[in-house]
Amino acid sequence: MTALDVGQALPRRRAEILPALTPLIVALAAAPFIGSFSTFVTLTAAGLAMGMMIFTMASGLTLVFGMMDVLNFGHGAFIALGAYAATLVFAPLMSWSSADSFALNLAVFLLAAIAAALICGAFGWAFERLIVRPVYGQHLKQILATIGGAIIAEQLLYALFGPAQIPLTLPRTFEGSFVFGQAAIEKYRVLATLVGLTVFLGEMLVLNRTKIGLLIRAGVENREMVEALGYRVDRLFVGVFMAGSALAGLGGAMMALYRGQAHAAIGGEFLVLCFIVIIIGGLGSVGGSFVASILVALIANYAGFLVPKLALVSNILAMVAVLLWRPRGLYPVSGR
Amino acid sequence: MNILSENPPRGRALQILLILIVLALTLAPFLFHGAKALNVAAKTCVMILLAASYDLLLGYTGVVSFAHVMFFGVGAYGVGLALYALGPSWGALALGLAAGAALSLMLALAIGLFSLRVQSIFFAMVTLAVAYAFNVLASQLSDLTGGEDGRSFTVPAVLQPSFRLVHDKVFGVAITGKILTYYLVFAVVAAAFLMLLRVVNSPFGRVLQAIRENPFRAEALGYRTIFHRTLATSISALGATLAGALFSLWLRYVGPDTALSFSIQVDVLVMVVVGGMGSLYGAIIGAALFVFAESYLQDVMAGLSQAAADVSLPLLPALFNPDRWLLWLGLVFVLAVYFAPAGVVGALKADEATWE
Repeated sequence: MTALDVGQALPRRRAEILPALTPLIVALAAAPFIGSFSTFVTLTAAGLAMGMMIFTMASGLTLVFGMMDVLNFGHGAFIALGAYAATLVFAPLMSWSSADSFALNLAVFLLAAIAAALICGAFGWAFERLIVRPVYGQHLKQILATIGGAIIAEQLLYALFGPAQIPLTLPRTFEGSFVFGQAAIEKYRVLATLVGLTVFLGEMLVLNRTKIGLLIRAGVENREMVEALGYRVDRLFVGVFMAGSALAGLGGAMMALYRGQAHAAIGGEFLVLCFIVIIIGGLGSVGGSFVASILVALIANYAGFLVPKLALVSNILAMVAVLLWRPRGLYPVSGR
Repeated sequence: MNILSENPPRGRALQILLILIVLALTLAPFLFHGAKALNVAAKTCVMILLAASYDLLLGYTGVVSFAHVMFFGVGAYGVGLALYALGPSWGALALGLAAGAALSLMLALAIGLFSLRVQSIFFAMVTLAVAYAFNVLASQLSDLTGGEDGRSFTVPAVLQPSFRLVHDKVFGVAITGKILTYYLVFAVVAAAFLMLLRVVNSPFGRVLQAIRENPFRAEALGYRTIFHRTLATSISALGATLAGALFSLWLRYVGPDTALSFSIQVDVLVMVVVGGMGSLYGAIIGAALFVFAESYLQDVMAGLSQAAADVSLPLLPALFNPDRWLLWLGLVFVLAVYFAPAGVVGALKADEATWE
């Protein structure tokens, strides 16, 4: 922050539309190549659902980075922990899950989601205390310490839950697909999209309409000033870290249900994807990571259908393309 | 001490430890018998080069890269696939190494120029993503790489286990092609290590350390930090490529698990941090400690796990399960990051500050 910046009047932030439209542009551009309308609808719906689950995980990471300037390489461990937490709820409530009742099915899903979020939030508190707090403000040590934390957490998960995959079955109501003409949309994907949208709206409301959100946004912009105004920024930090971990857990639980199994390897896999998403979205920007998640998931789906060999590196190519266009991501956060 | 670039290890304890390690590695085929011991020694040599080249980035330049294992894999696959496709000749070996080095250099330049302009944190993320994609790509392009199964190949005749250099045994050991391979690995690693030592003690190496300490000041003094960082990335990538080539030559096999797995990246990180960032000698100690622990700690843990199970303690048998040895190393790693950022080397030579 230079002296000049301080003296200027607060600029009105102009919301840019074009970056937010990129997923739509990609979808429209891909449509002619896909040809069949029903395939296009199926691919797009699947991409949206995947994007929402990725967003749930990535928004936690970007929040923590934006607020605390901590790049948490241990985020993947919370994703994996969330997946295992879901199995803890589903195992004893097998009868609810297999019952032919929408209410019971939804209840077991919500319970699993809440349990994953709570457990990960609690462990997030411990992780912040033990691993992150001693190295605030030192990027290199932060990266190393959180990687160390991730190694320990992953090994503990293996020790507690065993090295094998734990199978998970979807509640009965959410199995199968809605069929519209030729297009099939899996029911669980609709649910995942709804949950993701709720998370996004919730985050936006909290960040933009509450005092806590105001403080968090202010803390992102200028931490010292918020401290000077008498707020306990370190407590906010803990809260944000716990929220970020809880979101990772929620996303992990949803993804584990989608895949039908929980395994610690899910953490590392989605950590990479989360990094790509938050880089594309602009480090620290929740809205940016929302757009970026959908963009990445759509591109992966379309590429997987059109040029399967390219699908594996489509994320990287998307990241390179976006960064060439906007070097600091779709929605850069000032001061970063 | 010109061969050490006038930067010999300081501190009596450190010197003794290093001499012991180097001596053990030099005489490994004669001191320790059996295939496992020689494997451990060869892996230690390879890891020393891999860790030392990583330390050039992490310890000297202050840049965290997760693509180091990718360069290792490029070297391993370069040599492996060349020998697999062209048959066991020295020409194929040289061609594979050259192709691997060229690809590594290109990748390093691309990644460096693309992402070193911004914060180091950005570089860490980009390298992680690229390395991950590369790993997936290598597993998927199974026509070329053999996919998950990898490729087994034949090495030049002199390096094959059935080869005998002399008819009689020397000090009771038959000089097989395997032992010759070991000495090839050892000699190349030693030469490369001394060259890296030369690099870090050159004016260029000093600039790298200046960038690590304060990039803005280094830039203000007129150094183009992107150039220096990218060059450091390239040199370190070449070191890793060479290490990968040696490793696949030693194993006579190349596959995603031995050449590209992300766990190798984590291992190297642990070696460098525990050994001591910002000191190439730390790489020797870190790699030796790590490979030794990997090979022998698991036996100890199996014993502990059994003992805990016998007295039916809860959870402890699972924690001491030999497969969980990384858990304990992770703990050591975190403690080292907090309390001993200069690692074992820093602890042994208290007189010289290496890394803060």
